[in-house]
Amino acid sequence: MERNLVMIALFAALIAALGLIPKITLAFGVPITAQSLGVMLCGTVLGSRRGALAVLLFLLLVALGSPLLAGGRGGLGLFVSPTAGFLVGFPIAAFVTGLIVEKWRNAPLTLVAGIAAALGGIVVLYVFGVIGMSITLDKSIAEATALVTAFIPGDILKAAIAGMLTAALAKARPNSVLSRA
Amino acid sequence: MISLTSPVKTPWHSWPAGLKLGLLCVATMVLFSLENVFLHLAAFAACIGLYSVPGFVFLKVGCKRLVFLWPFLAVIVIWHAVTGTPVEGAVIALRLLTAVGLANLVTMTTRLSDMVEVVKMLLSPLRVLGLKTRPLEIAIALVVRFTPVLAQKGRDLTFAWRARSPKKPKWQIIMPFTLLAIDDAEHVAEALRARGGI
Repeated sequence: MERNLVMIALFAALIAALGLIPKITLAFGVPITAQSLGVMLCGTVLGSRRGALAVLLFLLLVALGSPLLAGGRGGLGLFVSPTAGFLVGFPIAAFVTGLIVEKWRNAPLTLVAGIAAALGGIVVLYVFGVIGMSITLDKSIAEATALVTAFIPGDILKAAIAGMLTAALAKARPNSVLSRA
Repeated sequence: MISLTSPVKTPWHSWPAGLKLGLLCVATMVLFSLENVFLHLAAFAACIGLYSVPGFVFLKVGCKRLVFLWPFLAVIVIWHAVTGTPVEGAVIALRLLTAVGLANLVTMTTRLSDMVEVVKMLLSPLRVLGLKTRPLEIAIALVVRFTPVLAQKGRDLTFAWRARSPKKPKWQIIMPFTLLAIDDAEHVAEALRARGGI
């Protein structure tokens, strides 16, 4: 109980701390932050339920007014802004990512975690993100999708990093990768 | 713990957090159901009015917190200029600014501890049902305490990297960073258990 609770809380803090790492700008000018990598790691390391809870805890603190999102942003305004859909999608993305890592056990962890992070952290997350953007900006789904495609290459890179990190963590701290425990 | 609450004292600070959140919900729903551009102009003016009451410094900080919306506003302006629908564009842009502005206003005038009290109150029905809400309260405290700790460890790792390499660290420090977080979690969990658990 204590261990699960603390792991959930510390991964929520990890998502916040990853937001403080300076953002990398891709070759064609799109900035990427490590924050959504944190969401992917919650799924791949903590598994479906604990991963989703960690992300929910992080979002709760953002909503209550802690400046935990990349760039020191936070507060309720973000939940009605055009990127609100991505925030709603975060816990579901972590859940799906974690579920895939828990269920798919007959392949190398690097591959499984990488693909899980891509399906959860990109496919599932963007479904919510695009719907949110289409509502707040009053655009069709296709139009909203066009607005976010520039960010997909960065997210593919993050999914690959999440895969490698999870496999490395499973070697270094096998008992702490709860998705496979 | 740093929070987004404004140090400038405003009349809105003394309103109960629950009331402000309730009003915000109603206002947001109304904003998303209105389509008339004049009503949206009036709502936006009212929002600026609310920010102006406490004075110029508060208004300036409030405006700064809306700056992150500029890429979206730029997209809306260009889009509706090209498609020749300026009124629809104005409605979308004003709605966005007012909705985010009002929500930020609640965040800026409500202390984190008051917000946590509202969460506790909303959770009280669960306690009646026999569910324990204390783990959530402990978890909130842990995140608030550990975010600056982890951020400091991240900075230390960056410095250690810079001492050994002329290049800036990129994703390479995320692995040791995550390991540090996991080790901390194990130690804190043990400490919590040693003190009688949750």
